[in-house]
Amino acid sequence: MSSGTLYDKVWDLHRVAELPGGSTQLFVGLHLIHEVTSPQAFSALKDKGLTVRCPERTVATVDHIVPTTSQQRPFADPLAEEMLSTLERNCQEHSIPLNNIGSGRQGIVHVIAPELGLTQPGMTVACGDSHTSTHGAFGAIAFGIGTSQVRDVLASQSLAMNKLKVRRIQVNGLLAEGVSAKDLILHVIRHLGVKGGVGYAYEFAGSAIEALSMEERMTLCNMAIEGGARCGYVNPDQVTFEYLKGRPHAPEGDAWSRAVAWWSSLATDPDATVDDEVVFDAAAIPPTVTWGITPGQGLGIDETVPSLDQLDPGERPIAEEAYRYMDLQPGTAIAGVHVDVCFIGSCTNGRLSDLRAAADVARGRQVAEGIKAFVVPGSEQVAKAAEAEGLDAVFRAAGFEWREPGCSMCLAMNPDRLEGRQISASSSNRNFKGRQGSASGRTLLMSPAMVAAAAVNGRVTDVRTLISPSAS
Amino acid sequence: MALFPTGPVQQVSGTAIAVPGEDIDTDRIIPARFLKCVSFDALGDQVFADDRLELSGEHPFDQARYQGASILVVNGNFGCGSSREHAPQALMRWGIRAVVGVSFAEIFYGNCLALGIPCATATPEQIKAIQAQVDREPGSSWSLDLAGLQLTSAKSSWPVSIDPGPLDMLRSGRWDATSQLLDHGPQVAELMQTLPYINQFASK
Ligand code: SF4
Repeated sequence: MSSGTLYDKVWDLHRVAELPGGSTQLFVGLHLIHEVTSPQAFSALKDKGLTVRCPERTVATVDHIVPTTSQQRPFADPLAEEMLSTLERNCQEHSIPLNNIGSGRQGIVHVIAPELGLTQPGMTVACGDSHTSTHGAFGAIAFGIGTSQVRDVLASQSLAMNKLKVRRIQVNGLLAEGVSAKDLILHVIRHLGVKGGVGYAYEFAGSAIEALSMEERMTLCNMAIEGGARCGYVNPDQVTFEYLKGRPHAPEGDAWSRAVAWWSSLATDPDATVDDEVVFDAAAIPPTVTWGITPGQGLGIDETVPSLDQLDPGERPIAEEAYRYMDLQPGTAIAGVHVDVCFIGSCTNGRLSDLRAAADVARGRQVAEGIKAFVVPGSEQVAKAAEAEGLDAVFRAAGFEWREPGCSMCLAMNPDRLEGRQISASSSNRNFKGRQGSASGRTLLMSPAMVAAAAVNGRVTDVRTLISPSAS
Repeated sequence: MALFPTGPVQQVSGTAIAVPGEDIDTDRIIPARFLKCVSFDALGDQVFADDRLELSGEHPFDQARYQGASILVVNGNFGCGSSREHAPQALMRWGIRAVVGVSFAEIFYGNCLALGIPCATATPEQIKAIQAQVDREPGSSWSLDLAGLQLTSAKSSWPVSIDPGPLDMLRSGRWDATSQLLDHGPQVAELMQTLPYINQFASK
């Protein structure tokens, strides 16, 4: 059993009671809600005659269903409009702050909570959304929950949980030029598998992790869930504190130094024990692209689609399914695969540094003929900051569309979607069958810079051939 | 259709349906476009919508011989991906009351538990054999017995596992956690006093 890890310390600090049946009642420090997984929870609350216990520890935004072309109300789609107006009504009824469209604070839930300073080290963070693991980047224990649990958290500010084991993902060395946190996490999932993390929290550690910015750490923790780990985290350090300082909800004045002292005390002890440890060499990680229908089906940019005999027996059935669905045969080089649509955005890669990396590739180039390429900032704040730097102009000049913030084609609950058998290069996190809005649509996951490279060449491209080492 | 689970769950009986495949994610169980709803009521018809479209009538959920089934038999990592409770809700509203498989994704498992739907596991070989039998003899009765941890048909019986915690919650009817959590309201208030971030790190 792990001991002395951040996970253990935060767990112990938030333990309310042991419940019959062996689970633990865990206090939730920050509860994030959005329009898709909350309406039924509010209805259930009403049915049971219950109310919201800590509206001040609950924060709402709207992200999944918002259109990214015009956000004029009422939305063109009546179902989307109904979802937002239901959220507005529920928030108003229960005095829950809603970061609504036009507030300057709206955006994807996993982008806005960090940028507002709501997510802090040592908290437990829950949200009816599996990518809540993102917030672990701050040294929080953050996990996705279902709607029944959303109801429980609304009612009691706590939930029934079972403690996870801790696996340390130790990444030594430094990532190579042109290789990003997205490549790193796709590489990890490729090697540990999409179910490798079930039952574990992933602690990301080592020199490569310490060298990552907060936004990169968020990309990393965001996709822990794609490796099966319900939460992932990075121990808080100077990088974390610098990011938080001055944010709207961060402590100030004397409280700031008390906060830093408390946060620092929560980091995993040097002599802590973990349940498992896996070591990676950062320098050996190439730009990585998925070829199949799970995030674990990744390839280094110089590799070819594996044949069945190159795979473990357990991976073969899903590989066979992927050959058929993706229409990619064993032996096909991933570099050079033609794409139709290029999507830059999502809670994985829709932050300012992601847009900068993509813009560096797009600058002075043109989206290839016949390719639809668009950029969806992760939040209103990201959009504003990017526009202040002129990134929108860079993208537009290169032939990308510049959109309003939201989840967009990450899951295509809004009008942004693939058509028919279209294949996308996407900076999002899931390449499941049908994920991007067409039942037969196909997705290649990669970093935002790699998506930009695919857009300008019309095919999967090693971004390192487009950036000169001396460039910014 | 049988009523949704309430109270202690000791046994789930009925016919069975097999959906083979590894890593079947919740986007496949209920595609995102059906999440555009403020209630779960209509989800039963939409379960596996895209897979069913792709197989034009050949998907088990479309075949007449499996209609009315209450036990779903699946393979590994079933329910991975999105946390959407719409997935178990859709299965439940179609009629599923228990799932038996090689392994389950954690959030899906917890979501099922919160609805009173047991997820039981068996070895890959056993699941294969069970799926084959379900295929050969659709319409035959099965029973998942939570006390004896057996999945039984007229012809055969298989041992299954359910973790002790969830098993106890199901059998005692305490799978709906809300009231237990609310019982500890005062402890929650006490705990909040000990967490420095609750008061923005104000000095004590
Ligand atoms: S961007 Fe995608 S993964 Fe992230 S919260 Fe939105 S839909 Fe979910």
